[in-house]
Amino acid sequence: MSVDLTRLTAAELSSLLSTGEVSSVEATRAHLDRIDAVDGAVHAFLHVNARALEVAADIDRRRAAGDALGELAGVPLAIKDVLVTTDMPSTSGSKILEGFMSPYDATVVTRSRAAGLVPLGKTNMDEFAMGSSTEHSAFGPTRNPWDLDRIPGGSGGGSAAAVAAFEAPLALGSDTGGSIRQPAHVTGTVGMKPTYGGVSRYGAIALASSLDQIGPVSRTVLDSALLHDVIAGHDPHDSTSLAQQWPSFAAAAREGATGEGLRGLRVGVIKELPDSGFQPGVSASFRAALALLEAQGAEIVEISAPHFEYGVAAYYLILPAEASSNLAKFDSVRFGLRVDVPGGTVEDVMAATRDAGFGDEVKRRIILGTYALSAGYYDAYYGSAQKVRTLIQRDFDAAFSSVDVIATPSAPTTAFRLGEKIDDPLQMYLNDVTTIPANLAGVPGISIPSGLADDDGLPVGIQFLAPAREDARLYRVGAGMEALLVEAWGGPLLDRAPALATAHGTEGGAR
Amino acid sequence: MAKVALMDFDKALELFEPVLGFEVHVELNTKTKMFSGAGNPAHPENHDAEPNTLVAPVDMGLPGSLPVVNETAVRYSISLGLALGCSIAPSSRFARKNYFYPDLGKNYQISQYDEPIAFDGAVEIELSDGTLVTVPIERAHMEEDAGKLTHMGGSTGRIQGAEYSLVDYNRAGVPLVEIVTKPIFGADRRAPEVAKAYVAAIRDIVLALGISEARMERGNLRCDANVSLRPRVAVGEPVPPLGTRTETKNVNSMRSVERAVRYEIQRQAAILAAGGSITQETRHWHEDTGTTSPGRPKSDADDYRYFPEPDLLPVAPSEALIESLRGALPEAPAARRRRLKAEWGFTDLEFQDVANGGLLAEVDATVKAGASPAAARKWWTGEITRIANAEGVEPSSLVAPADVAALQQLVDAGTLTDKLARQVLEGVIAGEGTPQEVVDARGLAVVSDDGALIAAIDEALAAQPDVLAKIRDGKVQAAGAVIGAVMKAMRGQADAARVRELVLARAAE
Repeated sequence: MSVDLTRLTAAELSSLLSTGEVSSVEATRAHLDRIDAVDGAVHAFLHVNARALEVAADIDRRRAAGDALGELAGVPLAIKDVLVTTDMPSTSGSKILEGFMSPYDATVVTRSRAAGLVPLGKTNMDEFAMGSSTEHSAFGPTRNPWDLDRIPGGSGGGSAAAVAAFEAPLALGSDTGGSIRQPAHVTGTVGMKPTYGGVSRYGAIALASSLDQIGPVSRTVLDSALLHDVIAGHDPHDSTSLAQQWPSFAAAAREGATGEGLRGLRVGVIKELPDSGFQPGVSASFRAALALLEAQGAEIVEISAPHFEYGVAAYYLILPAEASSNLAKFDSVRFGLRVDVPGGTVEDVMAATRDAGFGDEVKRRIILGTYALSAGYYDAYYGSAQKVRTLIQRDFDAAFSSVDVIATPSAPTTAFRLGEKIDDPLQMYLNDVTTIPANLAGVPGISIPSGLADDDGLPVGIQFLAPAREDARLYRVGAGMEALLVEAWGGPLLDRAPALATAHGTEGGAR
Repeated sequence: MAKVALMDFDKALELFEPVLGFEVHVELNTKTKMFSGAGNPAHPENHDAEPNTLVAPVDMGLPGSLPVVNETAVRYSISLGLALGCSIAPSSRFARKNYFYPDLGKNYQISQYDEPIAFDGAVEIELSDGTLVTVPIERAHMEEDAGKLTHMGGSTGRIQGAEYSLVDYNRAGVPLVEIVTKPIFGADRRAPEVAKAYVAAIRDIVLALGISEARMERGNLRCDANVSLRPRVAVGEPVPPLGTRTETKNVNSMRSVERAVRYEIQRQAAILAAGGSITQETRHWHEDTGTTSPGRPKSDADDYRYFPEPDLLPVAPSEALIESLRGALPEAPAARRRRLKAEWGFTDLEFQDVANGGLLAEVDATVKAGASPAAARKWWTGEITRIANAEGVEPSSLVAPADVAALQQLVDAGTLTDKLARQVLEGVIAGEGTPQEVVDARGLAVVSDDGALIAAIDEALAAQPDVLAKIRDGKVQAAGAVIGAVMKAMRGQADAARVRELVLARAAE
């Protein structure tokens, strides 16, 4: 076998699997070997599935028996640890859930299993998805495969790094304020946050219920679309999931890759997004990508979104408020960590457990949220934040009356160094300025690589936003943009990532 | 505990005006819980479930779990709201009430807060003398129940002194409707009776709707009674503001509600008259001593950090649904009372006897099961109420109306005498089975075999040879001695009238 199966996209792997040229066991073993070789350095995984090969063998058996299988059957999948699984621990990156085994699977996991995807393991994340760097994981940070001294983004840095380091072709992520898109931006990968309600949240350990959304992480737009097709759709277990039929996102991506859809496309650029806060290399990459679109016949339209600047402030009231309530269940009574207090009351045990089990960032946000919801402060904080949310939704409505999509840089800077912002939460929070509005408004957003920043040579992403329920439009536009860029680069951006030293010697050497 | 001073009730009423308010929690009898697919312990099929067997991830607050609203519970709540004369909100929302407690899996309760599904209603209740009183309803809202804690290792079964506690999450998530009244003024010396009649009216309504088992002893219906006093003033003087209230929690029978209100009036009056002040607090009712004791202090400043439940959409019933539920409402309690009184042909006194005992539903069901109204009334207001009072429970908890009707049918058929029927009733209450099963098991049927009776008569006549002659002489009452002897020989299991017939027949031979 001459091909390195880990370098293939999920779509490529899927066609080899369907013709029988490659078995799922071979594909899964290749990825397990890769994890074995590089994950000591990257630390994308918190848990590797010991039964992955058994699952793969079962898919191979079913294929041999002539069973009708989904397009992604036999393709390995990394699962963010925020999603509960019955066969692997689910910790959400927290010590308070160390070793926790869920009695049920998250709906997206159930659907992925039903589609024949092979769970490879659970990926690292900031504790309870609070962070932009994975440095807040209770189990140590994940490192960026482009530069191991830099952060892979967060909170879903594990999923993005796993995909960027070729440890998995696909991953599941969750995005509350950018946790899928910002890691995609800093790792040169693709990440999609679907329309709120487009994908079930059942079994996703809640951070902020009104903002959380589960989505795909991959190296290409088509691969994200294929995974999105598997996980999308109404779930009776999630009251906020939309009861609508979604078109095929993969079909949209394939159609978009022809570039036809870019002609006449109206692309909105927000005039209020300050250039000053953006790293020059990020702005330059963004403008170059817009120029490519324009050359293909797209129209760049300046739009106004006057309330976006209040987005971060509103977000950091709504999120902690909901999180303070969502995280109350971690109290030692029914599951998870328990710190005993000899002679103490149940309240003493709860307090000691939460003190020992939660990290500083989690405590910071619980305190913020508890305060924001308190009687006498509710109107000033939570109430005002909800009003800002409505204003941002109106900004989107107004903008989408004159443009088809909005484009922004996915984040203000490229990957920063580990430790650089860990003691400055405000700087860390401001990293989410471009991604947060989509969560506040519930609209879909996708980040795809736009190139390397000319000032530091690190990956940069471009984000496209569309009206709610127009997820397919993002796959069409994203695939069109991707095709132009890959053609300009002469190959995928990740081909330019430095080789990772492996546990067994130099990458690419004999095994 | 120091002896609590109580003021004489009449004296208290002379000095103070009581103001009442009630919060009644109704457990709905849906098949599944408010927010999960787990079986509902308030549904008749699930009464005997083992602890923690009726639980879904959301009832345990497991990571990643999400609530889903039970549509049947919403329909039941709308029907109840309509029956309480409330307006139904075209859109209402759930909120989270945040507090840490081990019986609350999520450490927040999902409850309706500022947007209840039903609001602004009124319930007409009838007092023992037929007086009608209108109780204004503030709101009726949907929420979920919490689990149940059992404190182990202490002597009292309470949390103080316990070594550890067991938690049963079966009850967590049981659908509740909480009905909140506005302040009730003007009840005066009838305040305790108003309290009892109000709870009886709510019970009648939910039973008529069929939305709850309404068994108070099982907690299907729970009443929190708020009582405050304010000084009486002369006509023309400004009305004083409302006094500080206490909330006596979870009073579990109608009779106890009546007693608890009476007790609080007497207790508060004694404190106020002595120059003291009332502590705003919840209080516990003690059935055995007929007293209340302080619970936790409660203030309006309790901060539950309410906010709209982001996991649920607003409840927005269509106008068509509301109207169809309105069309399907059973008749209003007042109209029902008028109808039943006419149908049953009771005198005012007889009817009030049933109504005041909170037994309308039971008598109605017993009549529907085949008993005559008079017999149904006699059983429920008589023997069953007597036993219930002795045991401190609701009469309805003792025996099913169908069993009462069956019992009466055995009497009507001559199988049982009244005295035997009372023994059979005891057996049914003791759980020995249906009346027929108790009759069979205990061998309690009337001896209807004339042969056996005649043999006993012969024996009695042999012992009292002069009786037949006396009867033939026209002294018919002499038969009594023989009848008594026969009844004694048959251990009561004979129909005395038949024995008499047989004795007289013998004399006529």
